[in-house]
Amino acid sequence: MLRTIGRRLLLLIPTLFGLTVLLFFWVRALPGGPAAALLGERATPEAIERINEAYGFNRPLPEQYVTWLGRLIQGDFGNSIETRRPVLEEFANRFPATVELAVMALIIAVGVGIPLGYWAARNHGRLIDHLSVGGSLVGITIPVFFLAFILKYVFAVQLGWLPTTGRQDRSVDATHATGFYVLDGLLTGELDAALNAVVHLILPALALSTIPLAIIVRITRASVLEVVNADYVRTGRAKGVSQGVIRNRFVLRNAMLPVVTTIGLQAGLLISGAVLTETVFAFPGIGAFLASAIFARDFPVLQGFVLFIAVAYALINLLVDVSYSFIDPRVRVQ
Amino acid sequence: MLVGVAAASAATLALTGCIQSQRSDDGGDSAAPSDVDSTFVFAASSDPSGLDPAFASDGETFRISRQIFEGLVGVEPGSADPAPLLATEWTSNDEGTSYTFTLQEGVTFHDGSEFNAEAVCANFDRWYNWTGLTATESLSYYYGSLFGGFAGDENALYESCSADDASTATVNLTRPFSGFIAALSLPAFSMQSPTALEEYGADDVGGSEEAPEYSEYGEAHPTGTGPFVFESWSPGSEVVLSANPDYWGEQGQVQEIVFRVIDEPTARRQALEAGDIDGYDLVAPADTAALEDAGFNVMQRDPFTILYLGMNQTVPELQDPLVREAIAHAIDREALVTQVLPEGTEVASQFIPPVVNGYNDSVTDYEYDPERARELLAEAGYEDGLELQFNYPVNISRPYMPNPEEIFSALSSQLEEVGITVEPVSDEWTDYLDRMRGTDDHGIHLLGWTGDYNDTDNFVGVFFNGYSNEWGFENEELFSALTEARQIPDPEEAATAYEAINEQIAEFIPGIPLAHPAPSLAFDPRVTSYPASPVNDEVFNMIELSE
Repeated sequence: MLRTIGRRLLLLIPTLFGLTVLLFFWVRALPGGPAAALLGERATPEAIERINEAYGFNRPLPEQYVTWLGRLIQGDFGNSIETRRPVLEEFANRFPATVELAVMALIIAVGVGIPLGYWAARNHGRLIDHLSVGGSLVGITIPVFFLAFILKYVFAVQLGWLPTTGRQDRSVDATHATGFYVLDGLLTGELDAALNAVVHLILPALALSTIPLAIIVRITRASVLEVVNADYVRTGRAKGVSQGVIRNRFVLRNAMLPVVTTIGLQAGLLISGAVLTETVFAFPGIGAFLASAIFARDFPVLQGFVLFIAVAYALINLLVDVSYSFIDPRVRVQ
Repeated sequence: MLVGVAAASAATLALTGCIQSQRSDDGGDSAAPSDVDSTFVFAASSDPSGLDPAFASDGETFRISRQIFEGLVGVEPGSADPAPLLATEWTSNDEGTSYTFTLQEGVTFHDGSEFNAEAVCANFDRWYNWTGLTATESLSYYYGSLFGGFAGDENALYESCSADDASTATVNLTRPFSGFIAALSLPAFSMQSPTALEEYGADDVGGSEEAPEYSEYGEAHPTGTGPFVFESWSPGSEVVLSANPDYWGEQGQVQEIVFRVIDEPTARRQALEAGDIDGYDLVAPADTAALEDAGFNVMQRDPFTILYLGMNQTVPELQDPLVREAIAHAIDREALVTQVLPEGTEVASQFIPPVVNGYNDSVTDYEYDPERARELLAEAGYEDGLELQFNYPVNISRPYMPNPEEIFSALSSQLEEVGITVEPVSDEWTDYLDRMRGTDDHGIHLLGWTGDYNDTDNFVGVFFNGYSNEWGFENEELFSALTEARQIPDPEEAATAYEAINEQIAEFIPGIPLAHPAPSLAFDPRVTSYPASPVNDEVFNMIELSE
């Protein structure tokens, strides 16, 4: 197992190398450059030229690429043009916020999606089944941006139950050790701080969870439908195995394989969904930062962040593959 | 020649006193009344670009700088005119090349060091001696462009500074610059503590080659003389300031300011509606009525902006003065202002707002006359119609252009009316600027400017001081008139020169001045007074809160 994981990690290196080439040239193919974004109305061709000269953006692209890669290998991701801080530091400061948001969204998506999908399958063809299939279709198609504003309008502006923006109220006296505010609150015993952070997560996580939730419902339903009619389930029933054992050990466990794959894929996609959600909720994670970096043509940030996200995505997938062998002993990771 | 301003100083004091007397509490030094929440939360559209205003040129950074720092010259409340601040008065020699400033006494920086003439000279010398990255537009835009360059640069305007005594400093220039005093009101030229600049390595912004990095000073130790002291900055979330207990002026009610970063315009509105913030800037024109109806305070700044329809004369059709005049007659500015621009917007007749020196009341104006437009087009040989590329940006809101998409559609239907077919070309903001400034691939287009300080050259000089891709014309007469006007030290003489220039521009029609849009701010009902300023010179110690 460990050897397999090691090999998979080694395979990541050429993938990431290819990605650096693609990323570098894609970012530079965007029209306009950081100089124009920095200067706004004040951009004159001479000023743009001087900035490009000072930052080295007017040198031949292959030369710039080699310089960047050389530094990258030494762990230097450069500085953000917009915020002037090291890219690595910016990522480290914002990543915990996005992880918290993504985990919360996943908890909602999995916690609601699997039972709902199972329930729909067990009531195949009845009203509840049609409702969950129809509902999940809406969940997939409704734009996250739109939904986020509606959720905020109802629960924050009209009802005043939840905050509109941010990660934690200033009035809460919180100690931040890890950057994961909920975890910090639990570790330091400041339960009010942890609760406050959770309250701030609810609306953005709800908005972010709709797509994975809808997909998980559909996959679970389809997978359960397939398994309940399998021979071994019928045999189990015929042998008088209890309903609970049938559900948990015969049906759900076997139906989970495609669901776990889906969860893994969706977990990776949550980060891209976070770009919109974080912007709407002024949630200081990597998504909101990436959105502003695109507008600012902040080359070092775009390159660095996408690379980090790619690594995170690859690791999540590896984790999913490894988890197969626990769910289904027949599967041996090769 | 003497440009004394002691009277203005007295007027400012009187005005401050007047605002003070309207207060329910007795103002004074320290704590606000206990029934008022003295924390003021304002939504910023982005993080500051740093905390050292000398290395900034954007509004969000300056909004914060104005609370922490003060310059020698301030701004008359509610206007764009220079007023005494850290300098109580100033005089210049006849040539306009030497300015002597008398300084406010008893002022200390937040680090306890004294503000005096030596500190003034230390700041001027700091700016002048920047090199490398610190001397590029991405950091020192304002110094570089207003002071002509840095040490060793033959165009450098600054020559020297001397501390005559503790409270008198003289700044010598290599040539006269009529906008010198007005320019000093920019936060970029705030007085910063020389000891703090030194201690926290303010100019150490080397970083890697691709981008400068913050100095310790610019990230965590901004040290000025203003009514608020820096507390903390959580990037992406907020900047927190607290009242300066040793402030030399009036401290006001607000004891803590939180600038909360909310990038998305609708999210700012929702945060106000939910009571999470006390106010925000650049309210969308479509939101103002609804917010007012819901009981929020919406206020407009006096316009200090210009929105224009530019014309690129490298396009052959636009080289013909008849075509340009026809377009001018085809545009109904009144309708544009009432239909799509925010309340408080004024129709423009020239490229500077009325409050700026050199505004020409009798400038040639092209009134809305579609019939005349058609005649002129026919005369120019386009009786069968004319097709023009019309460029406009999308997904952007600027103080002078809150809604470019709507402005575009209003104007294009007016143009179609007289037989001009419009080929719409839209771009995202950065791409748009790149197309306007970096290429000649554009036709008629929307753009504008928000004045930085009250100087005519900061409007017309920005647009027409030489050949540019945006306008695509050579006009030596105009270019040299602007260069000369920039060097007239006497404001009245300068006004006469600029009035003539404004007429010259109106006759040449390089573009059509459309409007002076007024940016709106919205506040929670508890904010009973806010010092709205045309040049955003809004210091939060002047805010009044009712609960």
